[in-house]
Amino acid sequence: MELNPLPNNPGQFPLPRQQASAPARPRPVLEARGLVKRYGHVTALDGTDFELREGEILAVIGDNGAGKSTLIKALSGAIIPDQGEIILDGKPVHFRSPLDARRHGIETVYQDLAVAPAMTIAENLFLGREILRPGFLGRLLRLIDKKKMLEEATSSLKDLKIGIRSMSQAVETLSGGQRQGVAVARSAAFAKHVVIMDEPTAALGVKEGNMVLELIRRVRDRGLPVIIISHNMPHVFEIADRIHIQRLGKRAAVVNPKKISMAHTVAVMTGAMSPEELSPEELAN
Amino acid sequence: MAEQQPSSAAQAPRKLLERLPSISVLGPFVALLLAVIFFSTQSERFLSGQNFSLILQQVLVVGVLAIGQTLVILTGGIDLSVGFVMALGTMVMSKFAVELGLPPLLAILCGIAVTTAFGLLNGLLITRIRLPPFIVTLGTMNIAFALTQIYSKAQTVTGLPEALLFWGNTFRLGETVITYGVVLMIALYLLMWFLLSETAPGRHLYAVGNNPEAARLMGIPTQRVLLLTYTVAGFFYGIAGWLLVSRTSVGDPNAGQTENLETITAVVLGGTSLFGGRGMILGTLLGAIIVGVFRNGLTLTGVSSVYQVLITGILVILAVTADQLSKRRS
Repeated sequence: MELNPLPNNPGQFPLPRQQASAPARPRPVLEARGLVKRYGHVTALDGTDFELREGEILAVIGDNGAGKSTLIKALSGAIIPDQGEIILDGKPVHFRSPLDARRHGIETVYQDLAVAPAMTIAENLFLGREILRPGFLGRLLRLIDKKKMLEEATSSLKDLKIGIRSMSQAVETLSGGQRQGVAVARSAAFAKHVVIMDEPTAALGVKEGNMVLELIRRVRDRGLPVIIISHNMPHVFEIADRIHIQRLGKRAAVVNPKKISMAHTVAVMTGAMSPEELSPEELAN
Repeated sequence: MAEQQPSSAAQAPRKLLERLPSISVLGPFVALLLAVIFFSTQSERFLSGQNFSLILQQVLVVGVLAIGQTLVILTGGIDLSVGFVMALGTMVMSKFAVELGLPPLLAILCGIAVTTAFGLLNGLLITRIRLPPFIVTLGTMNIAFALTQIYSKAQTVTGLPEALLFWGNTFRLGETVITYGVVLMIALYLLMWFLLSETAPGRHLYAVGNNPEAARLMGIPTQRVLLLTYTVAGFFYGIAGWLLVSRTSVGDPNAGQTENLETITAVVLGGTSLFGGRGMILGTLLGAIIVGVFRNGLTLTGVSSVYQVLITGILVILAVTADQLSKRRS
């Protein structure tokens, strides 16, 4: 299909040819370089690198003590690294708190979901970010616009194909998978750059776990890159585009789940195999 | 089994489950209705406008104190200083007006300022030093009591100016005489109900009580919400103090000694959970009226006051049990 030069492109500048020549590497969205974090004598992060690219689901795996959760905490603003830099959309950023990271468009779905069970789905979606009524009264009294919150909650859950009928029912009336759905929808609705999910399927049964995996794909397909931390290898292999293996406070390798076996992955993760022993096509680049 | 059947069979219990909160709101209503029906059959004088007006006057002070207590309990805390802080407020009001000769309105403001300051003190100790509300308010309860006794030298203050007695004024509604104070109490309940359900800070208060960690992670300033809650509660104790002197026409240093448990009774009977985050402020009004109806009805039927205390105690235990059971179910 030919591109017709638009009338408001009179200079006939060549339009940027996206993804035309060669498989251009997707742009990195969130990067970390040489992150170090020490707790007393314990080095949790020993100069780790990290890269999340546009449009991907990146799984972060690692043994206990590999620094996986410290890395994620640094990326979501929960801890401040001692050294190294974090780069968001090409610009260095310094997160001082989770709230700070959220203001930069990085949303985290916590393992315990961080929902208020007695409150409605709509209220939970907008917890701490209520939509206020327009005008003077809204600003002065901070009156909330319940109707608008209900509408927007309905549409954002519909977008992600989460089948819940009423947004005004309490979250505690939902199943575990549905609650996860609400927490994911909340992050997807507010995240501008990145969604981080901590063990999203850990507490769920098989059916609901699959439902949540499907949900995570939909979030990615809507253009938000996703970082997922998981111990569940089958889930990681089913959903991840690339797998970041964290070991001894460093990034041991980034592998391609389409090519590598689960056994090799676990071997690298536990140190039974060195990353150099992997074949080039097992690695993701 | 119900999970396997997708349509009608599964819908019915699900619907019922969704309605459960409204059942817990209905509970106090039903209890009140039953009590009213029972006492109507026991005493001819019970079912009259005049008697109901009297009941409302009797629950007035506890009712307004219980607004503050409800706010605190909704955050998952408890306030044991309620009645004693109010008593200190009434002493400041009446002594400032009568003995220092301050303009009555200024004296009233000073009294309310003192109770509000006590609320702020509670809030600061709870949020800054992170002490449990139970212990903090137990401490401030004793401090307020001692200050009241020291300041008043255990003497009542009489000869209060008109402004302090304002809420005792009455108007007629048909046959029934109603005090301004009753109108104020109902207005305050409606105001707080509106603020709690329609404003962002109101919803934040529920969120902090329901899941403080989630509230914090979602960017709600939980410590500020708690501080504000205890301070506003202190403000209501001051208003209650003004209502008390309006009703009794004296500044009484020994006032407020039974109000602590009575406010908690009203809150719990009104269906608010002691675990925080669940409940309705209007339920507390019903709870206060239930206690008032029992007192009044038992008095009219000639039951001695010891049994009234006994029955109030049983009611509280029943309400707390219901609260605990519903928590375990969810």
